[in-house]
Amino acid sequence: MTVLPYLVAGWILLAGLYGLVTSRNLVQAVGCLAVAQSSTYVLLLAVGYRRDATAPVFSDLPTDAPVVDPVVQALALTDIVVGATVTALLLSLVIQLRKRHGTVDPEELTGLRG
Amino acid sequence: MDTADLLPLAVAVPLLGAAVVAVAGRWLPRPGRDALATACAAADVGCLALLWARTDPDGRAVSWLGGWRPRGGHGVGIVLVADRLGSGLALLAAVLVLAVLCYAWRYFDEPSGEHGGMFPGLLLLFQAGMCGFALTGDLFDAFVFFELMGAVAYALTGYRIEDPRPLQGALAFGLVNSAAAYLSLLGIGLLYARTGELGMAQIGAALDERAAAGHGRDALVVVAFVLVLAGPLVKAATAPFHFWLPDAHAVAPSPVCMLLSGVMVELGVYGVARIHRVVFAGAGGLPDAAVRDTLLAAGVLTALVGAVMCWQQRHLKRMLAFSTVGHVGLFLVGTALLTPAGLAGSAVYVAGHAGAKAALFGLTGVLLDRYGSVDEHGLHGRARELRLPGALFALGALALAGLPPFGTGLGKAVAEEAAGRELGWLPAVFVLVSALTGGAVLRAGLRVFGGVGSPPKEHPEVAATTGEGEEPEIRGPGRRLPAPMIAVPAALLAGCLAVGLAPGVGRALAAAAAAFTDRTGYLADTLGGTAPAATPAPDTDWTASGILLGLLSAALAAAFATAAVRRDPRRGTGALHRATVLPLRRLHSGLLGDYVAWLAVGLAALLVALVAQL
Amino acid sequence: MSRTTRLRLFLTAAAVLAAAVLAAALIVAAEQLPGFGGARHPYGERAVAAGLARQSANIVSAVNFDQRGFDTLGEESILFGSVLGAGMLLRLARDEHKRRPAAEPVLPTTRLFGATLLPLTLLTGGYLVAHGQLSPGGGFQGGVVLTTALHLAYVAADYRVLKRIRPLAVLDVTDAIAAGSYAALGLIGLAQGAGYLANTLPLGTFNALSSSGLVAVINAAVGVEVGSAVVVLLAHFLDQAVEVTPRRRNR
Repeated sequence: MTVLPYLVAGWILLAGLYGLVTSRNLVQAVGCLAVAQSSTYVLLLAVGYRRDATAPVFSDLPTDAPVVDPVVQALALTDIVVGATVTALLLSLVIQLRKRHGTVDPEELTGLRG
Repeated sequence: MDTADLLPLAVAVPLLGAAVVAVAGRWLPRPGRDALATACAAADVGCLALLWARTDPDGRAVSWLGGWRPRGGHGVGIVLVADRLGSGLALLAAVLVLAVLCYAWRYFDEPSGEHGGMFPGLLLLFQAGMCGFALTGDLFDAFVFFELMGAVAYALTGYRIEDPRPLQGALAFGLVNSAAAYLSLLGIGLLYARTGELGMAQIGAALDERAAAGHGRDALVVVAFVLVLAGPLVKAATAPFHFWLPDAHAVAPSPVCMLLSGVMVELGVYGVARIHRVVFAGAGGLPDAAVRDTLLAAGVLTALVGAVMCWQQRHLKRMLAFSTVGHVGLFLVGTALLTPAGLAGSAVYVAGHAGAKAALFGLTGVLLDRYGSVDEHGLHGRARELRLPGALFALGALALAGLPPFGTGLGKAVAEEAAGRELGWLPAVFVLVSALTGGAVLRAGLRVFGGVGSPPKEHPEVAATTGEGEEPEIRGPGRRLPAPMIAVPAALLAGCLAVGLAPGVGRALAAAAAAFTDRTGYLADTLGGTAPAATPAPDTDWTASGILLGLLSAALAAAFATAAVRRDPRRGTGALHRATVLPLRRLHSGLLGDYVAWLAVGLAALLVALVAQL
Repeated sequence: MSRTTRLRLFLTAAAVLAAAVLAAALIVAAEQLPGFGGARHPYGERAVAAGLARQSANIVSAVNFDQRGFDTLGEESILFGSVLGAGMLLRLARDEHKRRPAAEPVLPTTRLFGATLLPLTLLTGGYLVAHGQLSPGGGFQGGVVLTTALHLAYVAADYRVLKRIRPLAVLDVTDAIAAGSYAALGLIGLAQGAGYLANTLPLGTFNALSSSGLVAVINAAVGVEVGSAVVVLLAHFLDQAVEVTPRRRNR
């Protein structure tokens, strides 16, 4: 079934968003954001996949060998680094929040409303 | 030097500056660090001003990075494209960063030693991110720079780590914005699958080719449109994606607020307009009418929500933040008209608003510095001694209300007139939103700086964010007010005035808006080919009706403000208020789960609205 | 049922609706994508041709550091920014102080494991960075492996040992210099009139360590930046876990 990889990407996105909506723990919420983000890796790599082809590295391949799309791999790599660094920043916010507020439950953070 | 070389240079200068400041900041004393960072920001202002001056009013500067020019419309590289609207917005960001650095010279209790270069370094990175986002002509590159300005802004928002509220605001900001950015990336992935391109012009051209070959418009394009625009729409705080903004702007340090409200949010509107125009406005994209109606509805909703919520606030920074929501709604309305005149109005409005809003945040910083509070009720009459800041604050409030001859008034008048030609009742929205937001700020100014009326009584029927018990941003009680803290807001207000008074600014932005809407010209300049003559620039001079409507909204603002401060504090609230405003206030719950749910609801609504119109 | 619960219920329902609409839309979209595994990859084919023409064996590196080098510049700046940001956010608050980390007992087998693996991991990381333009891997991957090597000291010994072998101030400065040098390397091409980040260095021979010109240089700069940035980033977090304690018990 050729739409399966795309459906998987959509499913992962919705799972991540569901987690963000229902989470009772901010560390978990940051994790859910990473889950939602991983849908982008799946989509990008699925878009670039090519049957019977290999990795786009020619150090031990003839230069006319069929390879999968290298561009999406580069994009996924950039995306991963972006995601990891943003996660680090968000987690440092959670650490300080835990120290100042004594909780990591987003439902208890009601300092800003109205 | 070639004009095209200025584009990457405008991004590289602040990046290099950030690295230098981060290293040198470990050893340099505070004045040395500030001088270094200010010099870097000034260099970037010079670079962008040169770029603005050297770009043709109706043309574009195009830079293929790495020298990867396309052959036959196809290439492998990234392109930076600057028309005057893009470079003008980057220039506005650079000027504000420079102003913020000057404002923060004596203001901020910055850590020193190994943390010394961090704050100015982050500001310079922020500038690089905004500049890259404004200048790029590539969708994936736009995502990267969107995340750069996002990530840096989350860190800057959470700067005051001793207080839990900034951390909470920064977290909501980060989670919602990054989630939206990943949705955009999914949309970019879909477009890549369809067209095999990443550049905006290339994708637009490829979609048009498909349409010319007889493939109809399909669901993929609609879904990709909604997903790609999710990021910029969230950044532009379009209702119902706006919840993060008041939380983040209310708690960020005042100098950072000046940047967030002054230019970052507006870059979201710019992103929406640019991506729609280049990628989706052709035959292979979406029909103009569907996009116009959908974005107009979103803009009006955003403007009204922002204005109503702004009037309800007592936390001064949160009030200013909601006023930003209201005004960004108006910018979106102007942009969504998809006409050069509407866009020109929005452009002038953005330039004027940046000056007024940044000045107001700066003056709120003065209050925080003196009294450790930004609460309208708690500060009642306490700031009578601050004559000059009080006068500037009132002027800023009137500028927000669109009083001629401020730049906000001119922008409002031009956008209003363009909107009135589309739908007769739209000018009423402009007047109401300007009057309510300006009136709220004026009310706060009268109470805080003038001590007018009696202190309001508390109405605990709805939980409100007060501005009391703030962690002060500086630790030096009893010192004199540093001069830059007054001089910078005064200069910013003067800038707002200049946008309205100097006829060159309006005309240049009108020509820039005409060039911006010229899609074939953009594709031809980027990918090669010829374009028909550009559309004529719309008129952006003051008109009698514009002046009258500006005076009307300013008068309404003054009337609202005086009525509010003279109101008997013992009177309760009316039934209408309880039926409409209180539920709206309760929606702003501060809960992360709600915000992400609203993100999903908003996307679904956009999809349904667009599909229904196809 | 309080108003808040009702609101929450409404929001949940709306979210479900939204999820349904989104899911439907994504399915529709999925049906219309070009067939999975198909042979049509226009940009990919152009990227392969362009990479091979510049003597790059690893096309992913060629895309990352040459053809789309500006993306990577932005991404490295995000990494640099988050190191600055995390350092700022995780600074010592006014009511906190650092305590000396205690020595911790470690099983002899764990110690042996770490001592064996540390040199191997360092070697692997160095190899991955150095061969980024040739074989799978590169600056990011190698940099992260190098960081892992250093942190084996924490697993196999304790935090005090890690602190001794981790020159934090030096790494912090190195990170900034590496991030700045990426932006500066782009100026070479600009000065030669070929455009920002243009690959104007000698391209070398295909599949040799010194091939592909600027790609190898930027790859090395990225390796240095990622290696030092991740160490500094982890140091901020580890400090919070091990060293930072409140001055008084608050709350």
